[in-house]
Amino acid sequence: MAADAALMQIIGLSLRVTLTAVLVACAIGLPLGAALALARFPGRGAVIVVFNALMGLPPVVAGLVVYLMLSRSGPLGDLALLFTPEAMILAQTVLILPIVVSLTRSVVEDIWAEYREQLQSLGASRLRAVPTLLWDGRVSLLTGVLAGFGRASAEVGAVLIVGGNIAGHTRTMTTAITLETSRGNLGLAVALGIILLALTLTLNAVAWGAGQWARGRLG
Amino acid sequence: MTHPRPTSPTILPLRLEGVGYDVAGKTLLSDISLAVDPGRRLVVMGANGAGKSLLLRLCHGLIAPTAGRCIWADGSIRAHAQAMVFQRPILLRRSVAANLDYPLALRGLSRQARRATVARTLDRFGLGPLADRPARLLSGGEQQRLALARAWSMQPEVLFLDEPTSALDPSATRIIEEMLMGFSAEGITIVLTTHNLGQARRLAEDVAFLHRGRLIEHRPAADFFAGPAAPEARAFLAGDLIW
Amino acid sequence: MTHTRRSALLGFASGLAMLAALPAVAQEFIIVASTTSTENSGLFGHILPMFQAETGIEVRVVSQGTGQALETGRRGDADVVFVHARAQEEAFVAEGYGVQRFDVMYNDFVIVGPADDPAGVRAADSAAAAMAAIAGAGASFASRGDDSGTHTAEKGLWSAAGIDPAGDWYLSTGSGMGATLNTAAQVPAYALTDRGTWLSFANRGPLEIVAQGDPVLFNPYGIILVNPDKHAHVKAEQGQAFIDWIVSEAGQQAIASFTVAGEQLFFPSVQ
Repeated sequence: MAADAALMQIIGLSLRVTLTAVLVACAIGLPLGAALALARFPGRGAVIVVFNALMGLPPVVAGLVVYLMLSRSGPLGDLALLFTPEAMILAQTVLILPIVVSLTRSVVEDIWAEYREQLQSLGASRLRAVPTLLWDGRVSLLTGVLAGFGRASAEVGAVLIVGGNIAGHTRTMTTAITLETSRGNLGLAVALGIILLALTLTLNAVAWGAGQWARGRLG
Repeated sequence: MTHPRPTSPTILPLRLEGVGYDVAGKTLLSDISLAVDPGRRLVVMGANGAGKSLLLRLCHGLIAPTAGRCIWADGSIRAHAQAMVFQRPILLRRSVAANLDYPLALRGLSRQARRATVARTLDRFGLGPLADRPARLLSGGEQQRLALARAWSMQPEVLFLDEPTSALDPSATRIIEEMLMGFSAEGITIVLTTHNLGQARRLAEDVAFLHRGRLIEHRPAADFFAGPAAPEARAFLAGDLIW
Repeated sequence: MTHTRRSALLGFASGLAMLAALPAVAQEFIIVASTTSTENSGLFGHILPMFQAETGIEVRVVSQGTGQALETGRRGDADVVFVHARAQEEAFVAEGYGVQRFDVMYNDFVIVGPADDPAGVRAADSAAAAMAAIAGAGASFASRGDDSGTHTAEKGLWSAAGIDPAGDWYLSTGSGMGATLNTAAQVPAYALTDRGTWLSFANRGPLEIVAQGDPVLFNPYGIILVNPDKHAHVKAEQGQAFIDWIVSEAGQQAIASFTVAGEQLFFPSVQ
């Protein structure tokens, strides 16, 4: 029973951390990606390249950067966030944000190319076009958000560094798998891996189904 | 059932004064002066690449001329009471009703006013049964009907149409033409490009003929079809391909 | 700013603060940077609930290699460090990062290797001789290679044997004890491990203990409060309470009462 409670706690924390990170990354990344698609300014190409490159940022590096920021000896040390779930959310947000921004930019650019004259004709300003384009790109954007979720839920490097894998506090499914592997408990590690996989599969299935349904409904 | 329309148009005529358009050193339109008069059906004709679509976009205000100016009767550069329908209807990835609602929301109409206008528009064009269907899953003819209905719901004084039936079959084309005649009967000014001579004959009250970015003729349709003055226009009517 | 806007902002901010504090509602806690070997053995799971029941203080253990744990303390990211690498611990205190080092407990290192013992380690009469036999036979040896306490002890054994380990047979894994044992079981290779990790390690494969008992293999653990003079936010009072408890009779008994498969893993240092 106690083991089950501990397991549920780990699963709950993993979902809470990753879903919150996805939400934060979307809140920032969707408008930012859309703005990047519509705005023209010097250095825009460089910004796009940087975000594309950051999609491949190794989680450990993201973790290390967040660690150095949040450490008591770092610039944000006074927030006392190191080794907390909030630190893990921050690290995962850093990992997901480039995916959301880059994909949003690409999706919105495509729809903008198609809609531009019509929206202009109907009287929509560029700013007003942003929510329209995001909404009309929702099916494609869902894919990007899912990719972000997948990356965050599967990674261990960043959350291990900034969370510390503290039992009952910052231990997620992936850090627990790392721990159990290092204890030679391969059976338990594999079992946790299967649970993680099942959760990811379920989420992807639901999202895919929703996407198919929406495509059928919306064209 | 029609919209109540202002008895005297406030934005027409639209005057083009010495309008030209260059891009990357290439002149696509030059020295076009013409007036779009209220209540008329003006058909812009010319061969492919003559600059018909470009002229329409300049009139509608989607792009600004690089020479001369387009000025509405109320003094504005881009008047409010106008709408445009494109060759390929561009519909939002939403339901038919939501597509009608969108431009009304852009104009800041209240939810109630929007609902009433959407209902009236659906009813007027027989789109009621399709109201909840995703707009982009409609047939090509239905999509163009919706695009026209959307334009109509915005209560334009002038409606620009860029080859609205070139992708449609004859029966869908006939429906669109009937809609346009209906709009015209309500007093909406129509400016339409087409390379379809039959359509031009059926719809035009006035004809503007473009050749290589220049306005060659602008005359009442009857005069134009009876015998255009310019040799390029005669060749065009005779079916000789000119570029 | 109007009154209502200010209170709305305040409400929002306090809501955020409450959200951030949710996992530790009305709970005193300290962060202890410790080693993977102690965490992996399960010791903390055994003793920390006793301490918390007595004092109400939650201990959050971040388990790292000894080197990393001391670095965590140096940066002020932990209140207490609890590690096993005496020389480094003393340097940590001497540099002013730690207040004082207390002996807590010890366990011992053992040399594990393939049951058929290709290097003949079982015949060696000391730990250094065992290492010499492995190097002499060119038998595979899996090293932590991570500057951990165990790695430091291993390097001490090599230098006692007068050997500079290098070559195809010497596998530096650069990872934790468990990962190194997983590697050793696969190769198979010899490895130096603390007894605690070994006893609780489930994936032994062909490995078994081939050398143990040399006094140089004793592995003492020390505990140090991070110096509040260096990092003002260190929870000195609670951290010291933990140290006081763990060296007290109650704490020492708690350590002695921890067993894996009926075997005691850690032996109290305080008599």
